[in-house]
Amino acid sequence: MSDTKTTDTMLEVRDIKRDYELPAGFMKPKKTVHAVKGVSFKLERGKTLAIVGESGCGKSTLARMITFIDEPTAGELIIDGQKMDTRPGHLTPEMRQKVQIVFQNPYGSLNPRQKIGDVLGEPLAINTSMPASERRDRATEMLIKVGLGPEHYNRYPHMFSGGQRQRIAIARALMMNPKLLVLDEPVSALDLSVQAQVLNLLADLQDEFDLTYVFISHDLSVVRYIADEVMVMYFGEAVEYGTRDEVFSAPKHEYTQTLFKATPRADVDSIRARVAKKKAASAA
Amino acid sequence: MALLQIDNLTVEFETATGWFRAVDGVSISVDKGEVLAIVGESGSGKSVSMLAVMGLLPWTAKITADRMLFEGQDIQALSPAARRKLIGKDIAMIFQEPVASLNPCFTVGFQIEEVLRIHLGLNKKDRRARAIELFKLVGLPNPEERLNSFPHQMSGGQCQRVMIAIAIACDPKLLIADEPTTALDVTIQKQILDLIMDLQVRTGMGLIMITHDMGVVAETADRVVVQYKGRKMEEADVLSLFENPKSNYTKALLAALPENATGDRLTTVSAFFDGNPEPAPSAAPSAGANA
Repeated sequence: MSDTKTTDTMLEVRDIKRDYELPAGFMKPKKTVHAVKGVSFKLERGKTLAIVGESGCGKSTLARMITFIDEPTAGELIIDGQKMDTRPGHLTPEMRQKVQIVFQNPYGSLNPRQKIGDVLGEPLAINTSMPASERRDRATEMLIKVGLGPEHYNRYPHMFSGGQRQRIAIARALMMNPKLLVLDEPVSALDLSVQAQVLNLLADLQDEFDLTYVFISHDLSVVRYIADEVMVMYFGEAVEYGTRDEVFSAPKHEYTQTLFKATPRADVDSIRARVAKKKAASAA
Repeated sequence: MALLQIDNLTVEFETATGWFRAVDGVSISVDKGEVLAIVGESGSGKSVSMLAVMGLLPWTAKITADRMLFEGQDIQALSPAARRKLIGKDIAMIFQEPVASLNPCFTVGFQIEEVLRIHLGLNKKDRRARAIELFKLVGLPNPEERLNSFPHQMSGGQCQRVMIAIAIACDPKLLIADEPTTALDVTIQKQILDLIMDLQVRTGMGLIMITHDMGVVAETADRVVVQYKGRKMEEADVLSLFENPKSNYTKALLAALPENATGDRLTTVSAFFDGNPEPAPSAAPSAGANA
């Protein structure tokens, strides 16, 4: 969003791949699914990269690899100038703290039996030796930052609406002061009015903490609003990658063009054209 | 005469803290061959009001309406048996989650043939032929083989096509589509919307499209009803709604669209009301003024 030119790379991904092996069954040979087939990109600090694609195109697998949930089959992952050793057992807590994730469904990603205060305090309890009173203060502070109040500390997830839960999920992700936040369809389960609030919150937090976002979405109008750079994925490959203006003004790949054509248009001119067309058809 | 006319519909549910009014005095009318969109966020009562028409609400719901007419016939006065004959045949509904609304224990062929058996009384051979014809109509590949598939063997888009096929199996006069594309990808959404609109034009049925997506409204509707917290905020034809919205709530909704963002931040709905939590309903929306 800022115009200052820096070459400060926060996240670099080089030719990353992920294969899933489906075990052989009776009369069925072993099968390999190539979920992500060699994706590379570079993302500057404080910027937002949006990854777009339909379900099953590998965008969530990519998010899982960036957040160390899944180990890449091949390729390099460089975060904050440091090459990540993603083999199990080789990841340090410091590496993990730099990257956090917000999941798609705010109804499924919070433990229904855990109070909000404990949700937010847990990362601190695990990773630091902070006393309970300080954890409590930090959690309360974070609640206020994401637009909730100290009175929400002792409540359970079922007492919140979808938008509020997504705020809690964002607060939880921010507890360890990460530098990179992966947002896996953070607003697709929310109503339009709540979506606007959460998008504004994300923009505010990005300014305040100088966060870098990897924003996964299938909603092109949201992407156009929030992204600096856009990557379109199709069957595990990045078919289009460029700045927002490049991709939106001149999409090169056939799939990107299909995607743009399929997006409903809510401007007055297209409605007028559609209504006129329908009138002509019914008159004929 | 309107195909479906509802006057002053109210739906209430009893809760621990008293009666909760989910729909509050809503009037809706749809003509033959018309596409009406009902827009609103979750909890605005848009689905509940249509479920009340279908008679699918649980018995705990208290439904009152001055009038509820389908083709001039009072559906409230019908016996349950007569009403069951009507819904599924003349009034059909497509539900929001295609995978969840199909029965996982039966093949999709069985589920579509059940409708044909009960409402049309076709014999086995005719049922199968009609089911194949319907599957072809909704664009399912290999319809003969597809009839023997179970819902879990198909994708979300395919399941929604099956749901549409079941809904239109008896050539309904009114089709209610409750968020038919919310769970689907953009490209699939386009295909499904095109399919529904194409069927609507071809059969001339009335269509009620329930949605929270302004894009879907813009692409499909002739006339739009905007609902908020169970009340009707505005009713207008689609062009004037987008061009010149009257109610504050509609204005707020349109301003919250990311594509209408001016400047750095989006306008939120609550900011629009200026600390006033309830948007004032616009000056008495005239029912069916521009049908």
